[in-house]
Amino acid sequence: MNLLKEVFMKYGYFPGCSQTGSAKEYDISLRKVIEKLGVSFDEIEDWSCCGATSAHVTNHKLSTALAMRNIMLAEQQGMENIIAPCAACYNRLIMSQFEIANHSGIRKETEELLSASFQKDVKVFNVLELFLNIGIDKIIENRKRELNDLKVACYYGCLLVRPSGLTKFDDAEQPESMEKIAEATGAKTIDWNYKVECCGAAHSIARRDIVVDLSKKILDDAKYHGANVMIVACPMCHTNLDMRQRVMKRTYPEHEDFPVLYITELIGLALGMDEKELGIDLHFIDFNYKDLVPENSGVG
Amino acid sequence: MSVNTLKETNKLLASFVPPASFTDEEQEPLNTSVQLHRHNIADEISERTFQDVSLCYQCGKCSSGCPVRYYMDIAPNKVVRLIQLGFYEEALKSSTPWLCAGCQTCSARCPKEFDLAKFMDAVREIAIEKGIEVKEKNILKFHKAFLDQIKSHGRSYEAGLVAEYKMKTLDLLQDVDSAPGMYLKGKLAILPHNIKDRKGVKSIFKKTSGK
Repeated sequence: MNLLKEVFMKYGYFPGCSQTGSAKEYDISLRKVIEKLGVSFDEIEDWSCCGATSAHVTNHKLSTALAMRNIMLAEQQGMENIIAPCAACYNRLIMSQFEIANHSGIRKETEELLSASFQKDVKVFNVLELFLNIGIDKIIENRKRELNDLKVACYYGCLLVRPSGLTKFDDAEQPESMEKIAEATGAKTIDWNYKVECCGAAHSIARRDIVVDLSKKILDDAKYHGANVMIVACPMCHTNLDMRQRVMKRTYPEHEDFPVLYITELIGLALGMDEKELGIDLHFIDFNYKDLVPENSGVG
Repeated sequence: MSVNTLKETNKLLASFVPPASFTDEEQEPLNTSVQLHRHNIADEISERTFQDVSLCYQCGKCSSGCPVRYYMDIAPNKVVRLIQLGFYEEALKSSTPWLCAGCQTCSARCPKEFDLAKFMDAVREIAIEKGIEVKEKNILKFHKAFLDQIKSHGRSYEAGLVAEYKMKTLDLLQDVDSAPGMYLKGKLAILPHNIKDRKGVKSIFKKTSGK
């Protein structure tokens, strides 16, 4: 049984492009946290971009082939379970797998493009599924401090929970898995309205105005419902919600900074790591847990 | 309704005389080589997306939940209606498919389980293939610049993407405020991460887009 668990706790890893650049801290914190929880990753050798939004909105064949190239590599490298921490990569990978499995024409076409044939079933997990697989108990067991002073708004965004037929791990409209994980850190979670509302995603550069409006609504709703921090599990959401707050102040001068963390950073804080170690200092909006602890409370 | 039934319906529709505003003489030529309304784009979309466009019965739930509806020129459900009725030019020229963020809220909520996000993908794809002038030019330029990085390096290269996008749009001032911050935080790599099998990735591009 232990052996089985050990085998299961080794995952193939598809970092995704953001993880090597704008979401560096997501990669850093994820690797540190899973190490503490006794899980190991094998990065897919020579992985490439999943095609992201740009491929699937312009060329369907290209998008399926780019995503499946990575599944092909995982299969060739003997991986059965892989983790895709970026919600957009996760979505592209499972959508492409679905199309390959259900439409023989697309399967044939993609196999020809990649000069490969897909034999085995490679299961792709997102970060929420990873922590559910590891077990909430494991986080509680390894907890070095309880983050009692955090009131967390769990933001899922679009691509973790949709399409609902494929991302079966949680509900598409009222998901709760991120709350369960966040509560394991001792933090409180809030009820709010915009947990699956879109932040504008890939329009971040070409239509920044839209992203600023949508992200502002999301941040405001979280504040209104009493949150003092937001957590996300997607590099694109983080860029829009964290970095874009700078521009937001130009359109909405009354806007006040609101910290946005990756879920892995929240867990890392509970496991006893500090902000710098987790890369939280790389965010555009500062966050320091000590600032949220009321003075003389003796914790934190 | 199957795709076949749709074909029959469209045949019937084609036998009607189109409204005056939609005949060749009256219509300002969109692209002289393409007479859009003579191609059956509704069938084309049904086939590409494995779902019948006539499934949509216009309840409007998609548009009411769409986070970017406010910025679009035509509501998403109306784009479906235009395609159903054969007003292809209006649909393909609309800003709606380009502003669609692909969040799939519509697809998740549709009572007919019509995947509108996938429908929008097909509309965009066809608009590009037919050489339609895109209303949201910068969005298309962004996607092209993004894909160019993948084609060259195998992975996204953010500094290259921003540089190419700026060259394409000549919007040189945007993000001058964020880029230095990203660079100082070590988030904006100066050099690209090149994968080993760049040839393999290039060949996927070549075979799927012909360049």
